[in-house]
Amino acid sequence: MGVRRMWAAGAAGMVALVAGCAQGTGGGDATEPAFTPEATMSGSLQVMGFGAGDEIATTRLDRAKAELDGVDVSLVEGDLDIQAFLSAVAAGDPPDIVYANRDQIGTFASRGAVVPLDECYASEDIDQDAFVDAALDQVTFGGHLYGVPEFNTVQLVMADAGLLKDAGLTLDDVNGSDWAAITSATTALARSDGGKVSVIGYDSKLPEFLPLWAQANGADLLSDDGRTAQLDSPEVLEALEFAVGVYDEQGGFAAVKATRDAADFFGAGNQFATSTLGAMPMEQWYVNVLNEVSPDAPMAFDAFRTPAGDPLAYATGSAWAIPAGSGNPAAACRFAAVMTQQDSWLASARARAEAREADGLAFTGILTGNEKADQQIRDELVDVTDEPWASGVEAMYEANDHTFTLPANPADSEFKAAWQDAVNRVLNGQQDAAAAMAQAQEEAQAALDKAWARWDDSSASEQ
Amino acid sequence: MTTSTAAPVRTQDVGRRTRRRSSLERRYSRAAWWFISPWLVGFLVFTAWPMIYSAYLSFTDYDVINDPQLVGWANYQELFSDPKVALALQNTLVYAALAVPAHILLALGLALLLDQASRRASGFFRTAFFLPKMTPPVAIGVLLILLFNGQRGAVNTVLGWFGITGPAWTTDPAWVKPGLVLMGLWTVGSTVIILLAALRGVPTDLYDAARVDGAGFWRRTRAVTLPMISGPLFFVVVVNTIAALQMFTEAYTAYFGSGNTTYSNDAALFYVIYLFQQAFEFLHMGYASALAWLLFLVIMAITGIQVLVSRRLVYYEGEAR
Repeated sequence: MGVRRMWAAGAAGMVALVAGCAQGTGGGDATEPAFTPEATMSGSLQVMGFGAGDEIATTRLDRAKAELDGVDVSLVEGDLDIQAFLSAVAAGDPPDIVYANRDQIGTFASRGAVVPLDECYASEDIDQDAFVDAALDQVTFGGHLYGVPEFNTVQLVMADAGLLKDAGLTLDDVNGSDWAAITSATTALARSDGGKVSVIGYDSKLPEFLPLWAQANGADLLSDDGRTAQLDSPEVLEALEFAVGVYDEQGGFAAVKATRDAADFFGAGNQFATSTLGAMPMEQWYVNVLNEVSPDAPMAFDAFRTPAGDPLAYATGSAWAIPAGSGNPAAACRFAAVMTQQDSWLASARARAEAREADGLAFTGILTGNEKADQQIRDELVDVTDEPWASGVEAMYEANDHTFTLPANPADSEFKAAWQDAVNRVLNGQQDAAAAMAQAQEEAQAALDKAWARWDDSSASEQ
Repeated sequence: MTTSTAAPVRTQDVGRRTRRRSSLERRYSRAAWWFISPWLVGFLVFTAWPMIYSAYLSFTDYDVINDPQLVGWANYQELFSDPKVALALQNTLVYAALAVPAHILLALGLALLLDQASRRASGFFRTAFFLPKMTPPVAIGVLLILLFNGQRGAVNTVLGWFGITGPAWTTDPAWVKPGLVLMGLWTVGSTVIILLAALRGVPTDLYDAARVDGAGFWRRTRAVTLPMISGPLFFVVVVNTIAALQMFTEAYTAYFGSGNTTYSNDAALFYVIYLFQQAFEFLHMGYASALAWLLFLVIMAITGIQVLVSRRLVYYEGEAR
C-alpha cells in the first residue's frame, strides 16, 4: 500500500469513526413516562444536585426514604453540574431525579433533558394550587409542568435604624416607594473618609436586582411567553439609570463595590453590625444570618415597595425534575412529591425551630414555595415577637405574597448573561445605559430566537 | 605506492555484523516503542482523539444532549461576526503582551540575584519563590479581589504610604488587566528556577575572559549571560506566551465566578473564558469547538513567529552558525 493510499485509508477511517461517534449521543426519550399511583417502588434512586446539609433537608429526605421503602436512595451532593447532568442524559445513564435552579428548567425542557410531569402531578396527587404562582410559572414550559418547585427566595429592604434615625430618615425613605427619597437618603447616609467610602448610604444591588427595579417601574424584562426580550424599554432604562445613579451619589460603583467586597458579610462584623451600610434590598435568608451573628444590630425591615407603595419581590428557587431516560421515574415522582408535601415541610420546619431553640435563637420561618405549608408553619411555629426581627418576618411573608418571576424559556443563561453583562458595562463606565441595553436586547433576542426556533422545529417534527 | 597491511575484511563478516547490529537496533527500537507506548496511548485517547472530534464538532450545532447537526462553516462564519470574539481576542493578546515580558523580566532579575547568592541562601529563596506556584489558581483569583480591593486592599494601602492614590483595580476596565498581570507575578517561581539552572550552566571562563577585557556587570550580562541562556530564555518565552493566551482560572474566579456571582467585567473576558461560557454555560458546544480551533491557530501562528525570530536571537551551544 502506497503512503498516500495509507493516509487516505487512515483519514477515511477516522472520519467514519468520528461520524459513528456522533451518532447515538442524543438525549433520552423526553416523552412523559407512565406515572401510576399504584406503581410498586423498588430498585434504586440516584438524586443529583441535592445536599442533605441541614435539618430542613434531612427531615424531608428521611420521610421520602421511608415512603420509598425498598428503594435504595443515593445522593450525588453539591450544586447540579449541568455539564455532568446533560452528558449523563446523552450517554443514556442519567440520574433518576435532579435538583435544579428553577430558571434552568426551561433550558432543560427545551432540549429534551427532562420529561413533562403533568402525569406525575396527577398520579401523586401533587397539589398545584398550593404552590406560589411565580414558582409554578418557572417550571411550566410549552404548556407542560417540567418540575416540582420548592423554596422561594424573595427580597426585602434591610436598613440600619440607627443611621436612619441620625439622618432624620424613616424606612419609607429607603423602601422603594419613593425613588427621589432613596437618592436623597443615599446622600444623607453615605460617608467617606479620605477618599474612601466609610459608610455606604444605599446599595441598590446591581446587577442582580435589575429585574426587581424594572418591575417596580412597570417593566418586564421578558414577555410573558418567554419569546421576546424587552431589555431596552424606556422603563427598564429609567430603572437602570436610577439604580446606577444611587452609586454615583456616593463615589461611584467601583468604590461601593470595593467597600462591599471588603465587608465581613456573614460575620459578626457585618455592615449592619458595624453601621457601615444604610440600607439595601436583600434576600430574606440574610435576616437569619443577621439574627444569628449580630442579634443586637440596629435593624429595620420592610418589604421592597413599588413607587405606588405595593410590596414586590423577584422570586427564585429550586425544583425537582426527572431526566429523560430516568431508570426509576415512578420512584422519582414519589420522591419529589414527598419532599414538597405540606407535612414534610412542617416536620422539617419543626426540626429547624427546635434546633434554633436549642441554640437560643428564634425561628424566623422558611419560604417553601408551597403557600399552604408556609401558612401552617407561620401559624404553628413562627413566634417572633422581638423587634426588629418580628418586622423582618412580617416583611418576608408580605414579600412572599407579591412575587413575580421571569418566564421559563429555552435560552435563560444567554438571556441572563446579556442583561447582566450590560448592567456591568454601565457600572464599569464602559457604556451608557441606552447603548448597553440596546446591545443586550440584540444579544438576548438573537439567543431566544435561535433557541425557540430549535424548540419549535422539534415540536413540529413530533406532531 | 603504498600497500595495505590490514587484513582484507571478508564480505561475510561485514554482513554478519550488520545483521547483528540491525537485530540489536530492532530490539532497541521495539523496547523504545514499548516504553513510549503508554504515553502514545494517552496521547491518542486524551489528546489526538478529542482534537479530531472537536474539529468535527466545530462544523456542527451541538448542545451536548441532542445529536450534532452538521452546519458547514456556519460556526466559523459566526466567529468573524461575533463582536465578543474580537473583544476576547484583543483582551487576551493585550494581557499576553503585558504579562509575558513582565514575567520574564522579573524572573530573569530574580534568577540573576539568586545566581549571586550563596548556595544556602539560594536554596532557601528558590524554595520561597517556587512555593506560590503551588497555590491553586482559584485561590489566587480570590486573593486578587482582596489584595487589589480599590478601597481596603493591601496594594492600595502600600501605594498610599507613598502618597499614591491607587486605582480601582478590580472594577476600572483600564486597570483590570494590569491587576491580573501583577497578581500573575506571584507564580513567577518556576521560570526563575529554569533560568537559574541555565545561569548556572554558563561556563565561568567566559566571565573571566570578559572581566579581563574590562567588561562590567551589565556588559557581561548582555554579551555573555543572555546569549548563553538564550535557549532556555526562548523556551520560557514560548511556554509563558501559550499560558498567557490560555488565561482562565484566576480571571474567571475573580470576575465571572461560578453560578451565583453576577458581577463581570468585559476587560477580563479572555478568550478561554468566552469559550468556556459558550461551551458549558450556553451549551453551544459546536461553536465553542470552532472557538477552540481558532485559538489553536492563533497560538500556532504566534509560536511560529517566535520560532522564526528565535533563529536570529537564540544561540545553542555546539550549534554550527
